[in-house]
Amino acid sequence: MSLGSIFDIAGSGMTAQSLRLNTTASNIANAETASSSTEETYRARKPVFAAVQQSLLNPGQEGFPMAGDPAQGAGVRVEGIVESQAELQMRYEPQHPAANEDGYVYYPNVNVAEEMADMMSSSRSFQMNVDVMNTAKSMMQRILTLGQQ
Amino acid sequence: MAISFDNALGIHQHAVEARVKRAEVLANNLANADTPGFKARDVDFQAMMQRAQESVSGFQMETTDDAHMDVSASGAEGELLYRVPYQPSVDGNTVNTQQEQARFMRNAMDFQASFQFLNSKFSGLTKAIKGE
Repeated sequence: MSLGSIFDIAGSGMTAQSLRLNTTASNIANAETASSSTEETYRARKPVFAAVQQSLLNPGQEGFPMAGDPAQGAGVRVEGIVESQAELQMRYEPQHPAANEDGYVYYPNVNVAEEMADMMSSSRSFQMNVDVMNTAKSMMQRILTLGQQ
Repeated sequence: MAISFDNALGIHQHAVEARVKRAEVLANNLANADTPGFKARDVDFQAMMQRAQESVSGFQMETTDDAHMDVSASGAEGELLYRVPYQPSVDGNTVNTQQEQARFMRNAMDFQASFQFLNSKFSGLTKAIKGE
């Protein structure tokens, strides 16, 4: 238990949110990347978040009775990135260089409106974690002035 | 006559410790605002202070054996509870971001207040030592 662990927690939140922003950028950038087969087509990518438990962070302290509550969380981590299984868009574009023999091309299953909403959400969450870190910093600075005139 | 810092500082040192603990729990809630299935938590501040008060007032368990746990040392350790959500969410997350942020800010303010009390205790001690 200390103010220092707030920095770790907020830092893990910022890492996770910036990774989410990263996947959003990748999705939007590839929203119009056409290809001729379903296997090659880009699919929207989404990160999966999971809470970190404190006992995972310091396994040495596990079982020690006064080492803090192991059930208390210690931030967030990205468990993995999954590709969306939504249906790909099939468009009839015979002039397209990647069109198959029937004249169809496949476009990614990226929903740009959804990605924009995701982008706003992740940047707000990132900001929130920055605020938390700033507050923890000012608390810590205050503690350092303890006993000064 | 020796100066006992524990007696001089009173409850305020425990209050500051409890505020730091609560800040940590609330920061964790905010970091997990987008984690599916995460349940928001908080500490029972009143219970923490009550326990700290007991350890300050001197009525505490005596340790007569090495194997006994020092209960008074964990005066500011509080039980972690789960928050009751205002509305259900599809992914099972119970963090209400705005409320958690408001609580975090409020906690930081209360921390400053406790800190101010603690600081004035110290300046009082300094004045007593200097004889001003």
